[in-house]
Amino acid sequence: MCFAWGPGEMLVYETLFPKEHAEKRPGCPNIFIVRKDQDVYSQTLRKLFNESHGIFIGLQRSEEELAGKSRKAQLVRVSKNYRSVIRACMEEMHQLAISTRDPELHCQHSTQVSILSAMELIWNLCEILFVEVAPAGHLLLHLLDWVRLHVCDVDSMVREVLSCEYPSKHKDFWNAVDIFVLQGRMDDARHLLSKEASANPTSMGMCKILDDLMKKMPILTIGNTQTLTEMELKWQHWHEECQRYLQDGTFASNPHMESICKILLGDENAILEKKELMTTWYHFLVTRLVYSHPTVKPVELRFYAQSSMDLFLGGESSPEPLDSILMAAFEFEIHQVIKECSIALSNWWFVAHLTDLLDHCKLLQSHNLYFGSNMREFLLLEYASGLFSHHSLWQLGVDYFDHCPEYGKVYLELHIERIPLNTEQKALKVLRICEQRQMHEQVRSICKIMAMKAVRNNRLGSALSWSIRAKDAAFATLISDRFLKDYCERGSFSDLDLIDNLGPSMLLSDRLTFLGKYREFHRLYGEKRFSEAAKLLLMLMTARIAPCSFWMTLLIDALPLLEQKEVIFSAEQTYELMRCLEDLTAGKTDNQKFQVDDFEITKVEILRLALARNLARAIVKEGTLEGS
Amino acid sequence: MEDFSAKFVSQKISKTRWRPVPAAALQPPELFATGSWDNEENKISVWSVGDFGSLGPNGEYQGEPQLLCDIRHHGDVMDMQFFDQERIVAASSTGSVTIFRHHQNNQTLSVNQRWERAHYHVDPDTPFYGGASCTGVICNNPEIVTVGEDGRINLFRADHREAVRTIENADSSTLHAVTFLRTTEILTVNSIGQLKIWDFRQQRNEPSQIFSLTGDRIPLHCVDRHPNQQHIVATGGQDGMLSIWDVRQGSMPVSLLNAHEAEMWEVHFHPSNPDHLFTCSEDGSLWHWDTSTDVSEKPSFFHQGGRSTTLLSHTANQSVISAWLSNNPTKDRMEITNLVPNQTLSVNSLDVLGPCLVCGTDAEAIYVNRHLFA
Repeated sequence: MCFAWGPGEMLVYETLFPKEHAEKRPGCPNIFIVRKDQDVYSQTLRKLFNESHGIFIGLQRSEEELAGKSRKAQLVRVSKNYRSVIRACMEEMHQLAISTRDPELHCQHSTQVSILSAMELIWNLCEILFVEVAPAGHLLLHLLDWVRLHVCDVDSMVREVLSCEYPSKHKDFWNAVDIFVLQGRMDDARHLLSKEASANPTSMGMCKILDDLMKKMPILTIGNTQTLTEMELKWQHWHEECQRYLQDGTFASNPHMESICKILLGDENAILEKKELMTTWYHFLVTRLVYSHPTVKPVELRFYAQSSMDLFLGGESSPEPLDSILMAAFEFEIHQVIKECSIALSNWWFVAHLTDLLDHCKLLQSHNLYFGSNMREFLLLEYASGLFSHHSLWQLGVDYFDHCPEYGKVYLELHIERIPLNTEQKALKVLRICEQRQMHEQVRSICKIMAMKAVRNNRLGSALSWSIRAKDAAFATLISDRFLKDYCERGSFSDLDLIDNLGPSMLLSDRLTFLGKYREFHRLYGEKRFSEAAKLLLMLMTARIAPCSFWMTLLIDALPLLEQKEVIFSAEQTYELMRCLEDLTAGKTDNQKFQVDDFEITKVEILRLALARNLARAIVKEGTLEGS
Repeated sequence: MEDFSAKFVSQKISKTRWRPVPAAALQPPELFATGSWDNEENKISVWSVGDFGSLGPNGEYQGEPQLLCDIRHHGDVMDMQFFDQERIVAASSTGSVTIFRHHQNNQTLSVNQRWERAHYHVDPDTPFYGGASCTGVICNNPEIVTVGEDGRINLFRADHREAVRTIENADSSTLHAVTFLRTTEILTVNSIGQLKIWDFRQQRNEPSQIFSLTGDRIPLHCVDRHPNQQHIVATGGQDGMLSIWDVRQGSMPVSLLNAHEAEMWEVHFHPSNPDHLFTCSEDGSLWHWDTSTDVSEKPSFFHQGGRSTTLLSHTANQSVISAWLSNNPTKDRMEITNLVPNQTLSVNSLDVLGPCLVCGTDAEAIYVNRHLFA
């Protein structure tokens, strides 16, 4: 096998090196293209890329002057937008996974769903800790929401319990109550507890007390005006009350309720017993905090996080990549988070957009990478380069390069030259991108490529329109020469609609001007406006617009005018013509003494004769007095 | 503008077209077709925007377009038209023209007919026919006219294997768009800024009239004719300029309106409300031009000097003088609104029918608005 590197891919091909005793195998060798980033080709993920591109552009263009609260609110909105896009993508992928019958595809889609859900989990946590920057008190509320949204599927279990005739007899009943308590959903827990109270009159007393405790639990709600200290005091009181009930042995007869009371008191062992319900160490962390330190400050999180993970995993299993990413987030090590995500995920999409958002939150200012650009730019460049290797998503990549101040332009210049231009429409779009960014080199080179293609296909009008766009005088000269060559060979012009209607673009190159004027001469001649035609012809030669190679043709064109019945060329003009002829022959005799053939000599002689005759007639006519 | 939501469809949309509603029916259109470009596998898809899901779970009060069926298309979809209720004609970048049939009963698409080499380049050195992109197609049942990068005009008839008429080398530059002027005459625009009228009743392969812009030969990309007054033609150019022409007189446009900042890809007069014009462009915007005037203002036309009075003598028997041909259409009578909420990438195509508008963008999104004149 042999291979060669492409821009984002690798070309692998089989070679047939004949071995000594190998059999001769007929058939052509296979060629493989190995792509390292297959996510870019997923249909569903394309939606993610496109939608997030829109959000990215919106963020870059948004008002920087908004300061303080409104800016923060705006950034939180952007973050939520990104998350909703991830979630929509996840939904769709999930639909695909359950509707497909192919087990391999099902596996692939399910893996994607879990990756996307992990991404959303991480993003949500980063939003709470870094974008929202929730202070103590509110922090826990956000973390609670986060846990409720992402961890473990409570609703289906609860639905099952409630749908049964005697909910409190259901095997999962106490599990449901427990999980509500663990997630701090007091109202739901109380609702379930009331079912137990109504079903089991003996425990009604205990239920009432527990219900009461749950009701009285102080919760800081957003918009509540009480201060943190007030909240802490109230919480302390409540905690002591729960303690009293536990120590009095109120719940001794019902182990379920006793464990709930212990959970309310924040007893770690009691909470740890419900490991299976919580499923993850971060759920454990949040539950612990709810019931032992509800006013936890952001900086304190790291200690609780580390101990929670240790307690939960208990040395049985080592942390997975997701765990270390979350841990880094809890420790407020943003760079660590980004680094771990880059390693764990196969595509740059997540880290590029997250880093860009965090950069807008002014959290990444101080960190510069040693090769000159900062982390945000590096990641965006990588992501956009990945997009450019896709046959269609390159248009998104352009905008990302635009927002990389240091290297974006250079990257764009290199990438955009390599986009294959199959149709004129695509070339026009690429050209527009280059023109808008003042990339003149690329404009010229694209126009030249398209113009050459057109010339090769004999589409001279298209070629001309490309050279006009690039203001390429040299190419316009080439095209005009082609037209003139065609004329010399065939004796008539092709594509008259083009030459007759050149307009101001005629001035792009001298040769083009000559072509237009020459055609005009022919038209004037056809319309029998001989004196104007004569003047034009003379002007073409004397003003040196005509190329030297064409002078003979022009002089021969003058012949019919010289031979007309009425005198068209005045004496002055005839002298001019003669001078031109002499210039021409003088030049010729110097260089081509040995190549002058009879035909040339005859032409010159005929011309001389015609000029002389015309001169004679012109002198006579001009000298004659007009008859009265 | 609230009910103008985007649906992301994982393919860059090059063309969107509403399926025509039967003339007698008054209901708005329910089906549209889209063509994609720049994909390894391009597709023609048919979507439905029926009234189901009238109050979705998110509170959105129109159903999102639902994909009914799609079919693979070779090459980019350069242009597309509905031939009749069931058939769609598509022009490809490979130079072929295909008629697809949409089977309503089982919601599938199939290829009905294909002209493989409608447009091609001839390489003078080798006998090799390279495909040339077919850039425009227009139908008037049973005829189909196509134009392409090879400067060729073809007249096809459905169910005829060969072209009925081909005008070779009709243009030395690329023909970008074509539309019918009358049943036997077509209009084409090309990349050196010329608008040409071709008459199929004449046997010679020359245009019967050529119009061009003054000044630089800016390529023209799209053309549309006024639905009622057949002498009014609108074209859009590479510099985003909208030109209105009167083909009965002069060889230059009647008015030039500076519109978009980049190529104007499509221009459409509203088929039943021709005082409304829609244009979409590479700069990502879609403009709605509204020149509908109050009845009380009409007499003021009579007092304008200059061009309008000469027009008056021609159109004295017409009770309505089109606002498009007035001396200065922008003088407090034209309202222009941008309909795309957040512009990022090019809007490649749009179509209007009744109160509905659909457009497709390079950001792989389709926008549908079903209450244009609300």
